[in-house]
Amino acid sequence: MTVPAPHAGAAPRVVLAEADIDRALTRIAHEILEANKGSADLVLLGIPRRGYPLAQRLARRIGAVDPSVDPRAITGQLDVTLYRDDLQRNPTRPPRATQLPPTGIDEKVVVLVDDVLYSGRTIRAALDALADLGRPRIVRLAVLVDRGHRELPIRADHVGKNLPTSSAERVRVHLEEIDTAAGRPVNEVVIEGGA
Amino acid sequence: MKHLLSTHDLALHDALRLLDTAEEMAAVGEREIKKLPALRGRTVVNLFYEDSTRTRISFEAAAKRLSADVINFAAKGSSVSKGESLKDTAQTLEAMSADAVVIRHPASGAPARLAASGWIDAAVLNAGDGTHEHPTQALLDAFTLRRHWAKVAGTGSPGSDLTGMRVLIVGDILHSRVARSNVWLLKTLGAEVTLVGPPTLLPVGVDTWPCTVRYNLDEALADRPDAVMMLRLQAERMNAAFFPSTREYSRRWGFDDARLAALDTLGLGDTVIMHPGPMNRGLEISAAAADSVRSTVLAQVRNGVSVRMAALYLLLAGGTHDDPAAPTVRENPALSPTKEPAV
Repeated sequence: MTVPAPHAGAAPRVVLAEADIDRALTRIAHEILEANKGSADLVLLGIPRRGYPLAQRLARRIGAVDPSVDPRAITGQLDVTLYRDDLQRNPTRPPRATQLPPTGIDEKVVVLVDDVLYSGRTIRAALDALADLGRPRIVRLAVLVDRGHRELPIRADHVGKNLPTSSAERVRVHLEEIDTAAGRPVNEVVIEGGA
Repeated sequence: MKHLLSTHDLALHDALRLLDTAEEMAAVGEREIKKLPALRGRTVVNLFYEDSTRTRISFEAAAKRLSADVINFAAKGSSVSKGESLKDTAQTLEAMSADAVVIRHPASGAPARLAASGWIDAAVLNAGDGTHEHPTQALLDAFTLRRHWAKVAGTGSPGSDLTGMRVLIVGDILHSRVARSNVWLLKTLGAEVTLVGPPTLLPVGVDTWPCTVRYNLDEALADRPDAVMMLRLQAERMNAAFFPSTREYSRRWGFDDARLAALDTLGLGDTVIMHPGPMNRGLEISAAAADSVRSTVLAQVRNGVSVRMAALYLLLAGGTHDDPAAPTVRENPALSPTKEPAV
Protein backbone atom coordinates (compact mmCIF):
# COMPACT_ATOMS: atom_id res chain seq x y z
CA MET A 1 0.00 0.00 0.00
CA THR A 2 1.44 3.38 -0.91
CA VAL A 3 0.82 6.40 1.16
CA PRO A 4 0.77 9.68 -0.76
CA ALA A 5 3.54 11.97 0.47
CA PRO A 6 2.20 14.88 2.45
CA HIS A 7 2.65 18.02 0.42
CA ALA A 8 2.98 21.03 2.64
CA GLY A 9 1.22 24.19 1.53
CA ALA A 10 -1.24 22.58 -0.86
CA ALA A 11 -2.78 24.95 -3.37
CA PRO A 12 -5.63 27.00 -1.90
CA ARG A 13 -8.99 25.51 -2.79
CA VAL A 14 -12.21 27.44 -2.92
CA VAL A 15 -14.85 25.85 -0.71
CA LEU A 16 -17.50 28.59 -0.96
CA ALA A 17 -17.84 30.77 -4.04
CA GLU A 18 -19.64 34.10 -4.17
CA ALA A 19 -23.03 32.51 -4.95
CA ASP A 20 -22.59 30.03 -2.06
CA ILE A 21 -21.84 32.86 0.38
CA ASP A 22 -24.91 34.78 -0.84
CA ARG A 23 -27.17 31.75 -0.43
CA ALA A 24 -25.79 30.97 3.02
CA LEU A 25 -26.30 34.55 4.20
CA THR A 26 -29.83 34.67 2.84
CA ARG A 27 -30.66 31.47 4.71
CA ILE A 28 -29.06 32.75 7.94
CA ALA A 29 -31.05 35.99 7.65
CA HIS A 30 -34.28 33.99 7.43
CA GLU A 31 -33.16 31.74 10.31
CA ILE A 32 -32.49 34.78 12.49
CA LEU A 33 -35.96 36.17 11.76
CA GLU A 34 -37.55 32.79 12.39
CA ALA A 35 -35.70 32.18 15.67
CA ASN A 36 -36.64 35.68 16.82
CA LYS A 37 -40.24 35.39 15.55
CA GLY A 38 -39.79 38.64 13.61
CA SER A 39 -37.41 41.54 13.67
CA ALA A 40 -38.33 43.03 17.05
CA ASP A 41 -35.37 44.09 19.23
CA LEU A 42 -32.81 42.62 16.81
CA VAL A 43 -29.24 43.96 16.90
CA LEU A 44 -26.49 42.50 14.71
CA LEU A 45 -22.95 43.00 16.01
CA GLY A 46 -20.10 42.07 13.68
CA ILE A 47 -16.70 41.15 15.09
CA PRO A 48 -13.85 42.92 13.22
CA ARG A 49 -12.68 42.65 10.70
CA ARG A 50 -14.79 40.39 8.50
CA GLY A 51 -17.68 39.87 10.86
CA TYR A 52 -18.75 43.48 10.40
CA PRO A 53 -19.36 43.38 6.61
CA LEU A 54 -21.17 40.06 7.14
CA ALA A 55 -23.41 41.71 9.76
CA GLN A 56 -24.14 44.53 7.31
CA ARG A 57 -25.05 42.04 4.59
CA LEU A 58 -27.33 40.10 6.96
CA ALA A 59 -29.01 43.34 8.06
CA ARG A 60 -29.68 44.32 4.45
CA ARG A 61 -31.28 40.93 3.82
CA ILE A 62 -33.40 41.26 6.95
CA GLY A 63 -34.39 44.73 5.76
CA ALA A 64 -35.40 43.27 2.39
CA VAL A 65 -37.70 40.74 4.09
CA ASP A 66 -39.11 43.19 6.64
CA PRO A 67 -39.26 46.76 5.22
CA SER A 68 -39.92 48.21 8.68
CA VAL A 69 -36.28 47.47 9.55
CA ASP A 70 -33.58 50.08 8.83
CA PRO A 71 -30.49 47.90 8.26
CA ARG A 72 -28.09 50.58 9.44
CA ALA A 73 -29.98 51.19 12.67
CA ILE A 74 -29.63 47.56 13.81
CA THR A 75 -25.99 46.96 12.83
CA GLY A 76 -22.90 47.56 14.92
CA GLN A 77 -19.32 46.50 15.40
CA LEU A 78 -17.93 44.87 18.53
CA ASP A 79 -14.15 44.83 18.97
CA VAL A 80 -12.89 42.06 21.24
CA THR A 81 -9.12 42.72 21.10
CA LEU A 82 -8.94 44.08 24.66
CA TYR A 83 -10.80 41.04 26.00
CA ARG A 84 -8.75 38.29 24.34
CA ASP A 85 -7.11 35.64 26.52
CA ASP A 86 -4.08 35.39 24.23
CA LEU A 87 -2.94 39.03 24.45
CA GLN A 88 0.25 38.09 26.25
CA ARG A 89 1.07 35.32 23.78
CA ASN A 90 1.06 37.54 20.71
CA PRO A 91 2.57 40.86 19.67
CA THR A 92 0.40 43.78 20.72
CA ARG A 93 -2.50 44.44 18.43
CA PRO A 94 -4.11 47.87 18.37
CA PRO A 95 -7.82 47.70 19.15
CA ARG A 96 -10.42 48.47 16.51
CA ALA A 97 -13.51 50.57 16.92
CA THR A 98 -16.60 49.40 18.79
CA GLN A 99 -19.77 51.03 17.48
CA LEU A 100 -23.13 50.15 18.91
CA PRO A 101 -26.43 51.05 17.23
CA PRO A 102 -28.03 54.18 18.75
CA THR A 103 -30.62 52.01 20.53
CA GLY A 104 -27.89 50.33 22.59
CA ILE A 105 -27.97 46.64 23.47
CA ASP A 106 -29.87 46.59 26.77
CA GLU A 107 -32.83 44.18 26.59
CA LYS A 108 -32.09 43.54 22.89
CA VAL A 109 -31.63 40.27 21.03
CA VAL A 110 -27.99 40.52 20.03
CA VAL A 111 -26.73 38.34 17.21
CA LEU A 112 -22.93 38.18 17.16
CA VAL A 113 -21.63 37.73 13.62
CA ASP A 114 -18.19 36.41 12.71
CA ASP A 115 -16.65 34.84 9.64
CA VAL A 116 -15.05 31.65 11.01
CA LEU A 117 -15.82 29.81 14.25
CA TYR A 118 -12.73 27.84 15.33
CA SER A 119 -11.51 27.57 18.95
CA GLY A 120 -14.39 29.67 20.30
CA ARG A 121 -12.00 32.02 22.11
CA THR A 122 -12.98 35.06 20.07
CA ILE A 123 -16.62 34.48 20.98
CA ARG A 124 -15.74 34.09 24.67
CA ALA A 125 -13.96 37.46 24.46
CA ALA A 126 -17.00 38.91 22.68
CA LEU A 127 -19.32 37.73 25.46
CA ASP A 128 -17.09 39.44 28.04
CA ALA A 129 -17.02 42.62 25.97
CA LEU A 130 -20.82 42.56 25.67
CA ALA A 131 -21.22 42.27 29.44
CA ASP A 132 -19.25 45.51 29.87
CA LEU A 133 -21.42 47.32 27.34
CA GLY A 134 -24.88 46.37 28.55
CA ARG A 135 -27.24 43.53 29.26
CA PRO A 136 -28.84 41.99 26.17
CA ARG A 137 -31.96 39.86 26.67
CA ILE A 138 -30.60 37.11 24.43
CA VAL A 139 -27.23 36.63 22.71
CA ARG A 140 -27.02 34.41 19.63
CA LEU A 141 -24.15 33.56 17.33
CA ALA A 142 -24.12 33.48 13.53
CA VAL A 143 -21.01 32.42 11.59
CA LEU A 144 -20.32 31.94 7.91
CA VAL A 145 -18.07 28.92 8.49
CA ASP A 146 -17.78 26.52 11.42
CA ARG A 147 -14.52 24.64 11.04
CA GLY A 148 -14.63 22.67 14.29
CA HIS A 149 -11.76 22.22 16.79
CA ARG A 150 -13.58 23.99 19.62
CA GLU A 151 -11.60 24.63 22.81
CA LEU A 152 -14.49 26.09 24.81
CA PRO A 153 -18.13 25.06 25.31
CA ILE A 154 -19.44 27.45 22.67
CA ARG A 155 -21.62 26.69 19.64
CA ALA A 156 -23.16 28.72 16.86
CA ASP A 157 -26.92 29.18 16.47
CA HIS A 158 -26.71 29.90 12.76
CA VAL A 159 -24.00 28.39 10.55
CA GLY A 160 -23.44 29.11 6.85
CA LYS A 161 -21.39 25.99 6.26
CA ASN A 162 -19.92 23.31 8.48
CA LEU A 163 -16.44 22.72 7.16
CA PRO A 164 -14.50 19.73 8.52
CA THR A 165 -10.86 20.81 8.54
CA SER A 166 -7.50 19.71 9.83
CA SER A 167 -5.99 22.07 12.38
CA ALA A 168 -2.97 22.42 10.09
CA GLU A 169 -5.16 24.05 7.47
CA ARG A 170 -6.12 27.71 7.35
CA VAL A 171 -9.58 28.88 6.44
CA ARG A 172 -9.62 32.30 4.83
CA VAL A 173 -12.72 34.33 4.13
CA HIS A 174 -12.41 37.05 1.51
CA LEU A 175 -15.14 39.68 1.30
CA GLU A 176 -15.29 42.41 -1.28
CA GLU A 177 -15.74 45.11 1.39
CA ILE A 178 -12.19 44.40 2.61
CA ASP A 179 -10.34 42.13 0.20
CA THR A 180 -9.18 42.35 -3.35
CA ALA A 181 -7.39 39.81 -5.52
CA ALA A 182 -5.40 41.15 -8.45
CA GLY A 183 -7.13 44.50 -8.01
CA ARG A 184 -10.64 43.06 -8.13
CA PRO A 185 -13.03 42.56 -5.22
CA VAL A 186 -13.49 38.92 -4.26
CA ASN A 187 -16.06 36.97 -2.27
CA GLU A 188 -14.94 33.47 -1.44
CA VAL A 189 -13.93 31.07 1.31
CA VAL A 190 -10.69 29.19 0.69
CA ILE A 191 -8.73 26.54 2.55
CA GLU A 192 -4.96 26.86 2.47
CA GLY A 193 -2.11 24.68 3.63
CA GLY A 194 -2.49 21.46 5.56
CA ALA A 195 -1.27 18.02 4.60
CA MET B 1 8.29 49.56 21.04
CA LYS B 2 9.54 48.52 24.46
CA HIS B 3 9.78 51.89 26.21
CA LEU B 4 8.27 55.34 25.75
CA LEU B 5 11.15 57.69 26.53
CA SER B 6 10.83 60.56 24.10
CA THR B 7 8.90 61.79 21.10
CA HIS B 8 12.15 62.59 19.30
CA ASP B 9 12.67 58.97 18.31
CA LEU B 10 8.98 58.18 17.87
CA ALA B 11 8.30 57.34 14.22
CA LEU B 12 5.13 58.53 12.51
CA HIS B 13 3.88 54.95 12.33
CA ASP B 14 4.19 54.48 16.11
CA ALA B 15 2.75 57.92 16.88
CA LEU B 16 -0.36 57.25 14.78
CA ARG B 17 -0.73 53.81 16.34
CA LEU B 18 -0.67 55.39 19.80
CA LEU B 19 -3.18 58.08 18.82
CA ASP B 20 -5.52 55.63 17.09
CA THR B 21 -5.42 53.28 20.08
CA ALA B 22 -6.11 56.26 22.35
CA GLU B 23 -9.19 56.96 20.24
CA GLU B 24 -10.61 53.54 21.17
CA MET B 25 -9.57 54.01 24.80
CA ALA B 26 -11.45 57.31 24.84
CA ALA B 27 -14.60 55.42 23.83
CA VAL B 28 -14.13 53.19 26.89
CA GLY B 29 -14.00 56.34 29.06
CA GLU B 30 -17.49 57.25 27.87
CA ARG B 31 -19.13 53.94 28.79
CA GLU B 32 -20.84 53.08 32.00
CA ILE B 33 -18.27 50.39 32.85
CA LYS B 34 -14.93 52.13 32.31
CA LYS B 35 -12.82 49.04 32.75
CA LEU B 36 -10.96 46.69 30.45
CA PRO B 37 -9.29 43.40 31.41
CA ALA B 38 -6.32 43.85 29.06
CA LEU B 39 -3.59 44.31 31.71
CA ARG B 40 -4.97 42.03 34.41
CA GLY B 41 -2.17 40.72 36.59
CA ARG B 42 0.35 43.34 35.42
CA THR B 43 1.96 45.72 37.89
CA VAL B 44 2.60 49.38 37.07
CA VAL B 45 4.82 51.42 39.41
CA ASN B 46 4.51 55.20 39.46
CA LEU B 47 8.00 56.35 40.46
CA PHE B 48 7.81 60.09 41.07
CA TYR B 49 10.92 62.02 42.13
CA GLU B 50 9.17 65.34 41.45
CA ASP B 51 5.83 66.68 42.58
CA SER B 52 2.99 66.00 40.23
CA THR B 53 -0.75 65.80 40.56
CA ARG B 54 -2.31 65.46 37.17
CA THR B 55 0.30 63.27 35.49
CA ARG B 56 0.41 60.83 38.38
CA ILE B 57 -3.34 60.49 38.83
CA SER B 58 -3.76 60.33 35.08
CA PHE B 59 -1.31 57.41 34.83
CA GLU B 60 -2.96 55.82 37.85
CA ALA B 61 -6.44 56.11 36.35
CA ALA B 62 -5.16 54.77 33.02
CA ALA B 63 -3.50 51.73 34.61
CA LYS B 64 -6.56 50.99 36.76
CA ARG B 65 -8.94 51.22 33.81
CA LEU B 66 -6.83 48.54 32.15
CA SER B 67 -7.07 46.38 35.32
CA ALA B 68 -3.35 46.66 36.15
CA ASP B 69 -2.20 46.84 39.77
CA VAL B 70 -0.74 50.24 40.62
CA ILE B 71 1.96 51.02 43.15
CA ASN B 72 2.62 54.68 43.84
CA PHE B 73 6.09 55.63 44.90
CA ALA B 74 6.86 59.24 45.76
CA ALA B 75 10.45 60.13 46.57
CA LYS B 76 9.33 62.20 49.54
CA GLY B 77 8.81 59.93 52.52
CA SER B 78 10.60 57.00 50.86
CA SER B 79 14.08 55.49 51.13
CA VAL B 80 15.21 58.00 48.52
CA SER B 81 15.25 60.65 51.24
CA LYS B 82 17.58 58.31 53.13
CA GLY B 83 19.96 58.37 50.17
CA GLU B 84 18.91 55.34 48.12
CA SER B 85 20.22 55.48 44.58
CA LEU B 86 18.11 55.13 41.42
CA LYS B 87 19.82 51.79 40.79
CA ASP B 88 18.86 50.34 44.16
CA THR B 89 15.31 51.61 43.84
CA ALA B 90 15.08 50.09 40.38
CA GLN B 91 16.38 46.74 41.58
CA THR B 92 13.88 46.78 44.42
CA LEU B 93 11.09 47.32 41.91
CA GLU B 94 12.49 44.53 39.74
CA ALA B 95 12.46 42.18 42.71
CA MET B 96 8.80 43.06 43.20
CA SER B 97 8.29 42.12 39.51
CA ALA B 98 7.05 45.42 38.20
CA ASP B 99 5.99 45.19 34.55
CA ALA B 100 6.16 48.92 33.88
CA VAL B 101 7.78 51.87 35.59
CA VAL B 102 6.34 55.32 35.04
CA ILE B 103 9.12 57.66 36.07
CA ARG B 104 9.30 61.42 36.64
CA HIS B 105 12.73 62.67 37.58
CA PRO B 106 14.38 66.10 37.90
CA ALA B 107 17.42 64.89 35.96
CA SER B 108 17.18 64.84 32.16
CA GLY B 109 17.90 61.35 30.91
CA ALA B 110 17.02 59.45 34.10
CA PRO B 111 14.31 57.37 32.32
CA ALA B 112 16.71 56.53 29.47
CA ARG B 113 19.30 55.45 32.03
CA LEU B 114 16.73 53.22 33.72
CA ALA B 115 15.69 51.71 30.39
CA ALA B 116 19.22 51.07 29.12
CA SER B 117 20.93 50.06 32.35
CA GLY B 118 19.78 46.48 32.62
CA TRP B 119 18.84 47.11 36.27
CA ILE B 120 15.25 46.34 35.51
CA ASP B 121 13.35 44.39 32.88
CA ALA B 122 10.18 46.47 32.98
CA ALA B 123 8.94 48.83 30.30
CA VAL B 124 9.89 52.42 31.15
CA LEU B 125 7.52 55.31 30.49
CA ASN B 126 8.93 58.81 30.78
CA ALA B 127 6.51 61.03 32.73
CA GLY B 128 8.81 64.04 32.51
CA ASP B 129 12.57 64.19 32.99
CA GLY B 130 14.26 67.49 33.82
CA THR B 131 14.13 69.85 30.85
CA HIS B 132 14.32 66.96 28.37
CA GLU B 133 10.95 65.45 27.42
CA HIS B 134 7.42 64.68 28.55
CA PRO B 135 6.19 62.40 25.77
CA THR B 136 2.73 61.50 27.07
CA GLN B 137 1.90 65.21 27.49
CA ALA B 138 2.87 65.82 23.85
CA LEU B 139 0.81 62.81 22.78
CA LEU B 140 -2.26 64.06 24.62
CA ASP B 141 -1.75 67.52 23.11
CA ALA B 142 -1.42 65.95 19.66
CA PHE B 143 -4.53 63.85 20.33
CA THR B 144 -6.48 66.98 21.34
CA LEU B 145 -5.20 68.89 18.30
CA ARG B 146 -5.96 66.00 15.97
CA ARG B 147 -9.56 65.73 17.16
CA HIS B 148 -9.97 69.48 16.70
CA TRP B 149 -8.29 69.44 13.27
CA ALA B 150 -10.49 66.55 12.12
CA LYS B 151 -13.61 68.32 13.42
CA VAL B 152 -12.69 71.50 11.52
CA ALA B 153 -12.08 69.44 8.37
CA GLY B 154 -15.32 67.51 8.94
CA THR B 155 -13.59 64.10 8.89
CA GLY B 156 -12.92 61.41 11.45
CA SER B 157 -9.70 61.61 13.44
CA PRO B 158 -8.56 57.93 13.41
CA GLY B 159 -5.66 57.52 11.03
CA SER B 160 -5.33 61.23 10.30
CA ASP B 161 -2.34 63.44 11.06
CA LEU B 162 -1.84 67.19 11.55
CA THR B 163 -0.69 68.11 8.06
CA GLY B 164 -1.02 71.84 7.51
CA MET B 165 -1.93 72.73 11.08
CA ARG B 166 -0.15 75.81 12.46
CA VAL B 167 0.62 75.68 16.17
CA LEU B 168 2.11 78.41 18.37
CA ILE B 169 3.92 77.36 21.54
CA VAL B 170 4.26 80.41 23.77
CA GLY B 171 6.26 81.15 26.90
CA ASP B 172 9.13 79.57 28.81
CA ILE B 173 10.58 77.26 26.14
CA LEU B 174 13.93 77.08 27.97
CA HIS B 175 12.68 75.08 30.94
CA SER B 176 9.82 73.32 29.19
CA ARG B 177 10.04 69.60 28.48
CA VAL B 178 6.45 69.87 27.23
CA ALA B 179 7.56 72.28 24.50
CA ARG B 180 10.44 70.03 23.43
CA SER B 181 8.29 66.90 23.21
CA ASN B 182 5.62 68.83 21.33
CA VAL B 183 8.07 70.28 18.80
CA TRP B 184 9.30 66.81 17.83
CA LEU B 185 5.92 65.09 17.83
CA LEU B 186 3.90 67.80 16.09
CA LYS B 187 6.59 68.06 13.42
CA THR B 188 6.48 64.29 12.90
CA LEU B 189 2.70 64.54 12.52
CA GLY B 190 3.07 67.24 9.87
CA ALA B 191 2.17 70.40 11.81
CA GLU B 192 4.07 73.69 11.51
CA VAL B 193 5.32 74.75 14.92
CA THR B 194 6.27 78.31 15.88
CA LEU B 195 7.87 79.05 19.25
CA VAL B 196 7.17 82.46 20.80
CA GLY B 197 8.88 83.77 23.91
CA PRO B 198 11.41 86.21 25.32
CA PRO B 199 14.93 85.57 23.97
CA THR B 200 16.12 84.84 27.50
CA LEU B 201 13.67 81.93 27.77
CA LEU B 202 14.68 80.25 24.50
CA PRO B 203 17.34 77.53 24.74
CA VAL B 204 20.72 77.63 23.06
CA GLY B 205 20.55 75.71 19.80
CA VAL B 206 16.85 76.36 19.19
CA ASP B 207 17.76 77.35 15.61
CA THR B 208 18.49 73.68 14.87
CA TRP B 209 14.98 72.61 15.93
CA PRO B 210 12.42 71.90 13.21
CA CYS B 211 10.37 75.00 13.97
CA THR B 212 10.26 78.77 13.56
CA VAL B 213 11.12 81.16 16.41
CA ARG B 214 9.46 84.53 17.00
CA TYR B 215 9.62 87.03 19.84
CA ASN B 216 6.41 89.00 19.38
CA LEU B 217 3.15 87.25 20.33
CA ASP B 218 0.84 89.77 18.65
CA GLU B 219 2.65 89.43 15.33
CA ALA B 220 2.57 85.64 15.64
CA LEU B 221 -1.19 85.73 16.34
CA ALA B 222 -1.73 87.96 13.30
CA ASP B 223 -0.31 85.11 11.20
CA ARG B 224 -3.52 83.17 11.96
CA PRO B 225 -2.42 80.09 13.91
CA ASP B 226 -4.84 77.16 14.33
CA ALA B 227 -3.83 76.53 17.94
CA VAL B 228 -2.04 78.49 20.65
CA MET B 229 -0.35 76.50 23.39
CA MET B 230 0.49 78.57 26.46
CA LEU B 231 3.25 77.17 28.70
CA ARG B 232 3.34 77.56 32.44
CA LEU B 233 5.79 80.13 33.76
CA GLN B 234 7.85 77.84 35.97
CA ALA B 235 8.40 80.01 39.02
CA GLU B 236 10.42 77.25 40.72
CA ARG B 237 12.99 77.44 37.91
CA MET B 238 13.21 81.24 37.66
CA ASN B 239 16.64 81.37 39.25
CA ALA B 240 18.02 84.14 37.02
CA ALA B 241 16.82 87.48 35.69
CA PHE B 242 15.00 86.13 32.63
CA PHE B 243 12.64 89.13 32.42
CA PRO B 244 12.17 92.32 34.42
CA SER B 245 8.86 91.52 36.10
CA THR B 246 5.96 89.12 35.87
CA ARG B 247 3.74 92.08 34.97
CA GLU B 248 5.88 92.81 31.95
CA TYR B 249 6.00 89.13 30.99
CA SER B 250 2.24 88.91 31.26
CA ARG B 251 1.74 92.02 29.12
CA ARG B 252 4.03 90.85 26.32
CA TRP B 253 3.69 87.07 26.31
CA GLY B 254 0.59 86.31 28.36
CA PHE B 255 -2.68 85.32 26.68
CA ASP B 256 -4.80 88.12 28.11
CA ASP B 257 -8.34 89.31 27.39
CA ALA B 258 -7.16 91.69 24.65
CA ARG B 259 -5.48 88.86 22.75
CA LEU B 260 -8.58 86.70 23.23
CA ALA B 261 -10.63 89.49 21.65
CA ALA B 262 -8.02 89.79 18.89
CA LEU B 263 -8.71 86.21 17.81
CA ASP B 264 -12.35 87.18 17.20
CA THR B 265 -11.32 90.37 15.39
CA LEU B 266 -9.04 88.34 13.12
CA GLY B 267 -11.96 86.01 12.39
CA LEU B 268 -10.15 82.98 13.78
CA GLY B 269 -13.28 81.13 14.87
CA ASP B 270 -11.56 77.72 14.97
CA THR B 271 -8.38 78.63 16.84
CA VAL B 272 -8.08 76.79 20.16
CA ILE B 273 -6.12 77.77 23.29
CA MET B 274 -4.21 75.00 25.05
CA HIS B 275 -2.41 74.80 28.37
CA PRO B 276 -0.71 71.75 29.87
CA GLY B 277 -1.59 72.88 33.40
CA PRO B 278 -1.27 73.78 36.16
CA MET B 279 -2.25 77.29 35.05
CA ASN B 280 -1.07 80.55 36.59
CA ARG B 281 -4.28 82.45 35.96
CA GLY B 282 -3.63 86.13 35.27
CA LEU B 283 0.01 85.48 34.45
CA GLU B 284 0.52 83.46 31.26
CA ILE B 285 -3.22 83.04 30.64
CA SER B 286 -6.17 85.18 31.71
CA ALA B 287 -9.15 83.63 33.45
CA ALA B 288 -11.41 84.62 30.54
CA ALA B 289 -9.14 82.82 28.07
CA ALA B 290 -8.78 79.75 30.27
CA ASP B 291 -12.56 79.46 30.66
CA SER B 292 -13.52 80.42 27.09
CA VAL B 293 -15.03 77.99 24.60
CA ARG B 294 -11.68 78.02 22.79
CA SER B 295 -9.91 76.54 25.80
CA THR B 296 -9.10 72.84 25.57
CA VAL B 297 -7.62 72.61 29.08
CA LEU B 298 -10.16 70.13 30.43
CA ALA B 299 -10.28 68.14 27.20
CA GLN B 300 -6.51 67.80 27.50
CA VAL B 301 -6.84 66.32 30.99
CA ARG B 302 -9.53 63.92 29.80
CA ASN B 303 -7.50 62.90 26.75
CA GLY B 304 -4.47 62.37 28.98
CA VAL B 305 -6.07 59.29 30.51
CA SER B 306 -6.91 57.85 27.05
CA VAL B 307 -3.42 58.47 25.69
CA ARG B 308 -1.75 56.93 28.75
CA MET B 309 -4.06 53.91 28.51
CA ALA B 310 -2.94 53.51 24.90
CA ALA B 311 0.74 53.78 25.85
CA LEU B 312 0.43 51.27 28.69
CA TYR B 313 -1.60 48.90 26.55
CA LEU B 314 0.76 48.98 23.57
CA LEU B 315 3.86 48.58 25.77
CA LEU B 316 2.52 45.95 28.16
CA ALA B 317 -0.29 43.89 26.66
CA GLY B 318 1.71 41.97 24.08
CA GLY B 319 4.07 39.08 24.50
CA THR B 320 7.80 39.47 25.01
CA HIS B 321 8.68 39.30 21.33
CA ASP B 322 8.49 42.61 19.54
CA ASP B 323 6.01 43.30 16.80
CA PRO B 324 7.96 43.15 13.53
CA ALA B 325 5.44 45.53 11.99
CA ALA B 326 6.35 48.28 14.43
CA PRO B 327 10.11 48.71 14.53
CA THR B 328 11.43 51.28 16.92
CA VAL B 329 13.16 53.85 14.78
CA ARG B 330 16.07 55.63 16.38
CA GLU B 331 16.69 58.06 13.57
CA ASN B 332 13.61 60.02 12.77
CA PRO B 333 13.93 61.47 9.27
CA ALA B 334 11.01 63.87 9.77
CA LEU B 335 12.98 65.72 12.41
CA SER B 336 16.00 66.84 10.47
CA PRO B 337 16.36 70.54 11.19
CA THR B 338 14.70 72.86 8.72
CA LYS B 339 16.53 75.87 7.46
CA GLU B 340 13.86 78.41 8.27
CA PRO B 341 15.52 81.57 9.52
CA ALA B 342 14.80 82.58 13.09
CA VAL B 343 13.00 85.92 12.97
